[in-house]
Amino acid sequence: MLTYLARRAALGMLTIWAISLLSFVIIQLPPGDFVTTYIAQLGQTATGSSLEEAQALRRAYGLDRPLLVQYATWISRVARGDLGMSLNWKRPVVDVIGDRIWLTMVVSIAAMVFTWLLALPIGIYSAVRRYTLADHLFTFVGFVGVAVPSFLLALLVMYVGLVIFGADVGGLFSPELAHAPWGWAKFKDLLLHLPLPAAVLALGGTAQLFRIMRANLLDELQKPYVLTARAKGLSEPRLLLKYPVRVALNPFASSIGFLFPQIVSGSVIVSMVLSLPTVGPLLLDALHAQDMFLAGAIVLLLGILTVLGTLISDLVLMWLDPRIRHAGRGSVR
Amino acid sequence: MSEGTSQAPPPEARDPRPAGRDGEGRIPFASQRRLIWWRFRRHRLAVAGGAVVLLLYLVALFADFLAYADPSASDGHRSLIPPQGIDLFDEDGFHPHVHPLIGTRDLRTFERVYRRDEGREIPLCFLCRGYEYTLLGIIRTDIHLIGVERGRAEASLAILGTDVQGRDLFSRMVVATRTSLTIGIVGVGISLVLGVALGGISGYHGGVVDLVIQRVIEILRSIPVIPLWLGLAAALPRSWSVIQVYFAITIIISLIGWTELARVVRGRFLALRHEDFIVAAELAGCSPRRIIFVHMVPLVASHIIAATTLALPLMIISETALSFLGLGLRPPAVSWGVLLQQASNIEAIALTPWLILPVIPVVTAVLAFNFLGDGLRDAADPYGI
Repeated sequence: MLTYLARRAALGMLTIWAISLLSFVIIQLPPGDFVTTYIAQLGQTATGSSLEEAQALRRAYGLDRPLLVQYATWISRVARGDLGMSLNWKRPVVDVIGDRIWLTMVVSIAAMVFTWLLALPIGIYSAVRRYTLADHLFTFVGFVGVAVPSFLLALLVMYVGLVIFGADVGGLFSPELAHAPWGWAKFKDLLLHLPLPAAVLALGGTAQLFRIMRANLLDELQKPYVLTARAKGLSEPRLLLKYPVRVALNPFASSIGFLFPQIVSGSVIVSMVLSLPTVGPLLLDALHAQDMFLAGAIVLLLGILTVLGTLISDLVLMWLDPRIRHAGRGSVR
Repeated sequence: MSEGTSQAPPPEARDPRPAGRDGEGRIPFASQRRLIWWRFRRHRLAVAGGAVVLLLYLVALFADFLAYADPSASDGHRSLIPPQGIDLFDEDGFHPHVHPLIGTRDLRTFERVYRRDEGREIPLCFLCRGYEYTLLGIIRTDIHLIGVERGRAEASLAILGTDVQGRDLFSRMVVATRTSLTIGIVGVGISLVLGVALGGISGYHGGVVDLVIQRVIEILRSIPVIPLWLGLAAALPRSWSVIQVYFAITIIISLIGWTELARVVRGRFLALRHEDFIVAAELAGCSPRRIIFVHMVPLVASHIIAATTLALPLMIISETALSFLGLGLRPPAVSWGVLLQQASNIEAIALTPWLILPVIPVVTAVLAFNFLGDGLRDAADPYGI
């Protein structure tokens, strides 16, 4: 069990390191550096600036040193919670991101919960009532759900919302509460607005997950122990829920591993369409304005939080599955 | 996990025999290709998907012939025309025609409004002249499937409406098919090379190499990729030409897409690794490269084809998403994503809903590829139970 945990944690650390490297690459990619851009801005405001000044600035920020050294300085600053300055906003990146990163996570986690809440009953129903009309219907909707990327679905939802309800269905808060400080009213407002984006994000994952659930449960239902239980006269719901469903449930916990990154990814684009106050629109603005410190920081934070989410899912999996919990000598899978 | 568990077709669907009575006798003599085809044919959705894919590529091939208006010809006087109805009949029978549109500016809202001139008719014609183009890259011609008699199609037709710059949406959607469907192919080609090479090495050598490649794949799969692409795509220099951006985008997309392919190839290779004929080839002194590409790859070819087909829709979606956000292909390139960019805000959806029509080809193409790929995956191993 400990080996399993250690292995997972090590992989997580490795992933975070890879993400930090990629974020640094993103920061470095555009031609020129922070000082070039800064000087260009100074030039526009007609203060004028000399070459020496530029050199001094570069030295002060360590931009004349080799890339590896720059990476080391950057990462050690990040570790201390200093993500640099946003050129576009002229404020520290941490302030600019603010609540948005947490709202991103709230939306993503809500979408994950939605995925489970939808996929579990649908999967069980489809397996137990195989080849009924409803099963075929779910399978078809599942296919479409996999095929329609979440941002296109968001577009359609916006359109339907406008035509049928005549209202802008986007956003996470009512306009009057958007800039209010956190409080009970704002929290309630968030809960009211959350289901729609969460459902939009959840559709693709639900479609994948319920098919896995259905297939697993079908395999399980054919096993002799189910027959025995039925022969002994166990009631059908109890028979179903107590053992086969529990065994078939495994992919649900492990699904966080592959679905959560997908959902976080999707939320970036969906947020733009539905104008949610998450990091998605911020990231896009930053990229369009080549505000690379902000963009790099967002990519890094999203990556780290996703890895943490995946680690938590491993813990849940361990708690659910005794086979992993009791596998002593690291012989897992 | 996904191959084994995600699908459990009924026993009869897994039976590769054709429906005919004499099927039983033919099976032992049928070639593998035959068996795959028989099994594939039973999967009706997959056959339908294949037909749609074929149709879409035909549209891409003959895009200029099917379009009636020059996709880049803009006209401020024809900005944002709603989809225009075509009347198929008039008093003396079948005479497809449209009514000319009269555009005026609403003096209160300063928007252009259009009304049909019911008095006049513009007859449509088939196989008539329009803008000039080169068919299949060789034949210079100006024949289009539909057009209007005596006059420019650009000036009177707007079957699915026009965009802000007065460009015809239908023609642009048809021409966009070309970009959107080929970008996937180039991207999948690069993923294929990466996936087969790395998956092959990983499955063939095992040991430390396998461990490292597997960890890299795991890491790539646990990263939220869209923010990453966005970052990479945004770094492309603004001064690059359309062609350069096109190739850069395909490379970015394919860098992410190879992991699934590598996983499939590795799984197959691990299973094949200890077969007698591979050991024999090794003993006969074949180089690993020869063993991988001459002895192993042909055996997993059908699986590779299936995995490739399933990777294509992902590429299409990725390109659409990137272009939709304004970080992918840039105008004057025309792709479904570029077209959808105009429908990315609430005002556009409210006032000009027809601009979200390019959603339809995207979803159709992705669905068709998914059905086709699913069928191919089931048919790829005709000897399985």
